[in-house]
Amino acid sequence: MEQREREFLEYVQGGGQVEATDWMPDEYRARLRKFVEMHGNSELMGVLPEREWILRAPTLQRKLALTAKVQDEVGHAQLIYRVVEDLGKSREECLDELISGKSKFHNVFHYPTKTWGDVGVIAWLVDAAAIISQKALLKCSYAPYARIMKKICWEESFHILHGRDVVLTLMNGTDDQRGLVQEALDRWWGPLMQFHGNPIPADEDPMVVWRIKSQGNDEARQQFLDGYVPQIWELGLTVPDPELRKDEESGRWLYTEPDWDELRAVVTGHGPKSEDRLDLRRKARENSAWVRSVLLAA
Amino acid sequence: MIFEVFRQERKGQAFQHAGSIEAADERFAEAYAREQYGRRGESVALWVVERGSIMRIEEFVDELNRNYHRVDGYPLKEKLKEARERAGTAAPRDR
Repeated sequence: MEQREREFLEYVQGGGQVEATDWMPDEYRARLRKFVEMHGNSELMGVLPEREWILRAPTLQRKLALTAKVQDEVGHAQLIYRVVEDLGKSREECLDELISGKSKFHNVFHYPTKTWGDVGVIAWLVDAAAIISQKALLKCSYAPYARIMKKICWEESFHILHGRDVVLTLMNGTDDQRGLVQEALDRWWGPLMQFHGNPIPADEDPMVVWRIKSQGNDEARQQFLDGYVPQIWELGLTVPDPELRKDEESGRWLYTEPDWDELRAVVTGHGPKSEDRLDLRRKARENSAWVRSVLLAA
Repeated sequence: MIFEVFRQERKGQAFQHAGSIEAADERFAEAYAREQYGRRGESVALWVVERGSIMRIEEFVDELNRNYHRVDGYPLKEKLKEARERAGTAAPRDR
């Protein structure tokens, strides 16, 4: 590592932040760009599971809320792709690589939404898991990314409330409605436990070393369990993991090892809905091509 | 074109950089800025500035070490002590 790179590393490890026009090591720029791009892809792909329910929402209020949430997430994707563009990769390139299956997006958006219960569990728990990662990005060493995260986290907090409201309404309903939530939780628990990634120690994770992320994967997962397992239990729901419990001595949650093979397969495009969702994104891109060309000609 | 967006959260507060948007022209920039940063009443005002119009200054060289216009150019402690001694007003422990 050359002197300049060492100084940069010390600077970010000491809490220093970098602007778009500052010098940065190639490795830092490449890792940052890939990470931010995947975040943008995930925001864009993340609307698709919920979009499927806009026409089937049980009330007008829910339909409006879902529509607003979809607009928020697409807005996040736009802001995030802007950050990627300033790091040297155009939005068009990002979208091309996304629909060709070359780049990745978060594991949870590769699964189907079978019932309205899934919508509640996604909006509550998937968004809760996501906001834990995103809050940690408020301290990201790359300042333009950290700044847009303020708006993103603020909007995500609405989404969690919306999800919790959906879940509570179902849990106060009939046995069938309560059943929908339990079944959805059973389906989503595995992907939720995989969401924060494999437990690579923070000091060996290059993303933490460069202070792009401020917490390790397992730390994020512990924070998720700490915050949400008690909220799940108090509703009388069962978490489908017989090993799950908090070790009072260490204060850490113990759980069955998440299925890392499934995670790897899913994020490389082999999830149950990977192909369908990419296909829909491809068609949307083709159908909206004329809008983009009109806007660019304006 | 790229536009930088600065938002003011409450009247009287400083505008802070919020993010940037890409738009074909100023009309679209206004629409996008409103959607991204004003949709939920989270801002009382926005400044939307085309990136090329922003002058960026980063080097602040002080070749002459002009400490006369900074507070660290005025270490008064020793001088005040001497002046008090001459005036006979120094605190007893300093005498």
